[in-house]
Amino acid sequence: MITSFVLKALDRNIVVVAALLLALAALVPALNLLTAPDHALHVPTYIVSLTGKYLTYALLALALDLVWGFCGILSLGHAAFFALGGYAMGMYLMRQIGARGSYGNPLLPDFMVFLNWKELPWFWYGFDMFWFAALMAVLVPGLLAFVFGWFAFRSRVNGVYLSIITQAMTFALLLAFFRNDMGFGGNNGLTDFKDILGFNIQSDGTRSALFAASAVALALSLVIASGIVRSKYGKVLAGVRDAESRTRFLGYRVEHVKLFAFTVSAMMAGVAGALYVPQVGIINPGEFEPANSIEVVIWTAVGGRGTLIGPIVGAILVNGGKSIFTAAFPEFWLFALGGLFILVTLFLPKGIVGTARHAVERCREHGRARKAEEAHAHTAEPQAAE
Amino acid sequence: MHARLIHHFLQCLLIAICVTVTMLATDLKAADGLRAMVDALGGGNFQQNQKQVEALAGTGDPKVVPALEALAAGDLYQRKADGVVFIVRPAGGNFTLVDALTGEAGGEVPKAALEKIKVNNGLRRAIRSALGGLTLMSPDAGVRLKAASTILRAPSADALEGLDAALAAEKDGAVKAVLEQARAASVLVSNRPADEKKAAVATVVKTGGREALSLLSAALSSADESLRPDIEAGIDQIEDQLALWAAGQNIWYGLSLGSVLLLAAIGLAITFGVMGIINMAHGEMVMLGAYTTFVVQQVIRTSFPGLFDWSLAIALPLAFLVTGAVGLVIERGIIRFLYGRPLETLLSTWGVSLILQQAVRSIFGPTNQEVGNPSWMSGAFELGGLTITWNRMWIIVFSLAVFASLLFLLKKTPMGLQMRAVTQNRRMAASMGIRTPWIDALTFALGSGIAGIAGVALSQIDNVSPNLGQGYIIDSFMVVVFGGVGNLWGTLVGAFTLGILNKVLEPYAGAVLGKILVLVLIILFIQKRPRGLFALKGRAVEA
Repeated sequence: MITSFVLKALDRNIVVVAALLLALAALVPALNLLTAPDHALHVPTYIVSLTGKYLTYALLALALDLVWGFCGILSLGHAAFFALGGYAMGMYLMRQIGARGSYGNPLLPDFMVFLNWKELPWFWYGFDMFWFAALMAVLVPGLLAFVFGWFAFRSRVNGVYLSIITQAMTFALLLAFFRNDMGFGGNNGLTDFKDILGFNIQSDGTRSALFAASAVALALSLVIASGIVRSKYGKVLAGVRDAESRTRFLGYRVEHVKLFAFTVSAMMAGVAGALYVPQVGIINPGEFEPANSIEVVIWTAVGGRGTLIGPIVGAILVNGGKSIFTAAFPEFWLFALGGLFILVTLFLPKGIVGTARHAVERCREHGRARKAEEAHAHTAEPQAAE
Repeated sequence: MHARLIHHFLQCLLIAICVTVTMLATDLKAADGLRAMVDALGGGNFQQNQKQVEALAGTGDPKVVPALEALAAGDLYQRKADGVVFIVRPAGGNFTLVDALTGEAGGEVPKAALEKIKVNNGLRRAIRSALGGLTLMSPDAGVRLKAASTILRAPSADALEGLDAALAAEKDGAVKAVLEQARAASVLVSNRPADEKKAAVATVVKTGGREALSLLSAALSSADESLRPDIEAGIDQIEDQLALWAAGQNIWYGLSLGSVLLLAAIGLAITFGVMGIINMAHGEMVMLGAYTTFVVQQVIRTSFPGLFDWSLAIALPLAFLVTGAVGLVIERGIIRFLYGRPLETLLSTWGVSLILQQAVRSIFGPTNQEVGNPSWMSGAFELGGLTITWNRMWIIVFSLAVFASLLFLLKKTPMGLQMRAVTQNRRMAASMGIRTPWIDALTFALGSGIAGIAGVALSQIDNVSPNLGQGYIIDSFMVVVFGGVGNLWGTLVGAFTLGILNKVLEPYAGAVLGKILVLVLIILFIQKRPRGLFALKGRAVEA
């Protein structure tokens, strides 16, 4: 069953992109670690971290595409799942600091000492173990999405209303994580990480490993997502997107279908967040900003909604553009970004990948039609001769 | 006959003259006495002066008030040459002399010719209570009222005699009430017998307020056993009252927040609620309205300073026009290609919002701009136990006015009729000869224009910066969704419900947690009623 799932998932485009990602996962660290700094092919460490960050963004956009592109749920709260995953990883990294913090407390992170806390809050237990933190990075967003979706989909909250309440959710979390009493570092968030799994988080090797992990996670998620949308369940998912009432009348439990996609998507977002935090070195409540969630929607739209590959392309292009433009013309960047949103929605409603795929298909069809015509002409000639 | 009449007349005249002369004479004599007493202030030490002040107060003559006030302020000087006491005003390096009793100007003298009459705190206190007693008898009711309130705020047993005298003479009801309260307060701090104090406690409790509470708490510590239950009951009663006023104040804050939410959301109720466009650039329309106000005030400051009080009235129509025009351009340029794809309007309007923010930031700079309050919007007044600031007050009134006029426009004018027709059934409306694209553009411009008007009002209470709109956009969407899309009344009820809920939760949960609770409540509420408080029913819903 699993093999058939995977086999179905692997259409040509997916294979190409996944293979490309895996190749990157091997190549970039190799170029970073094995070449001399002055070598022409050397990839500086900051580029490794930067592109690693883009890959986690791409994973987040992929997660959003699964619900928005294939199920019609426009979530404006995906940054919340991303940030929750990030906080889970951040808590692990915080505990790894141990007695090396500025207050030298072996048990309590610095901000708790600063707030005069005497013992570790219960929800910080277990985060000194990597496997536990990794599990939580997936489970907590998944659980939140499950509970949230359970109520929302059962009450048939959909369309714009769902978008607005997901936005309310991430906004409420933003406010909550800003509070010092919550025990997540308040305004400043979690930072000053030292090492991960015993390796120095600043070292080139760790950076490269994190990059490779991000690329592999993205490739894996791409295959899983592709498998989901190509399975029989994926067809129902598209049915829900295109005609929810009709799917319901046909006897499918629409809310279960949606809930599954939403929860899986949130878990992917959590993984993305967990990979993001060690690469940027900080997680703070700003990650919950509703604007961030909207940006994820933009990446997905630019790349092409409902294409799985599109969001990856969109996330990397938009963020790459952001890095270049904000450095070169800081004033100009917001104009460019705003203009991009407008132009894409007006002229590229299918996004870059969607439009390209459409063009390729048209071309192919055109070619096929011509071939058929030629073939027809060939067969017709002898007929005419008869 | 005539002779007798004349005789009578002369007689009367004579008597009248005699009476006047005697009166003048006594007056003069009294004035002489007063002058001597005032002059005596010059030579005495603090204790003697205190006695003098009390003696002056004992005359009950309002003429001594300026002299006493000057003494308290340190403006009373003695001329070294002849020992006469004057009130002085500094004039360049010299002093202008003012007669201490009549207030006539008496020329300039160098500083060295005068000696200051010194005051200490004991003397000041004596002066204050003397002034209280003197002004209590003033012919001007306003002065009496002020004197009585002064004593009420700082009661002392010494003031009792003056108060009793004043009470006996008082005719004005309002002044009398304050006098009685002041007397009760003074009785409480005196050593009068218990039954008199009991009556005083009752009066103080009736006065209410925080001062009465502290007065009673102070009295409780020194009161004897028979009085304690009365005072304790009184304290409880006042505390209940204060709690009630505090709740009232919270509700007032809630109303104020609700009016802000209403202003912010009402334009969105048109563009999002009626037209179905997820208008993320709505906040930026509010921001543009605020910046229009800033520009108008800037022009007024530099060119027509006299018109400053009118700045908001001038800014209102301008803001409506500016943001309405921007809205028109957005609709014609972008949104009209996206009808029927609501989620994509979200993306493009978000792009518009980024561009507008950055444009304003490039033109005006990223910092806060200063927008002033016209005189009629600054200050506050008291209503019972509530403190109400004028700007909040006017914003509530203004938000309701905007709401009412919008409702009128939609329900009673041909344009409103066409707007509703187009949103309810576009094809049918088009078949009836309505130019639907034109109506779409106008509706969007109207929603944007109203957001601009809101910006004028919000510039009065918020920081005018390029990020102004961002702070309102989420709240606005919550209000519209909570109230029910497509229903203006829903927006009104939603705004005030959320506003009051927020402010009532705040004292218990804190500001941030209160806001989180409200958000969670909205999420739960949407589960229960997925289409808001006032859901539209019928075919229009599915369209």
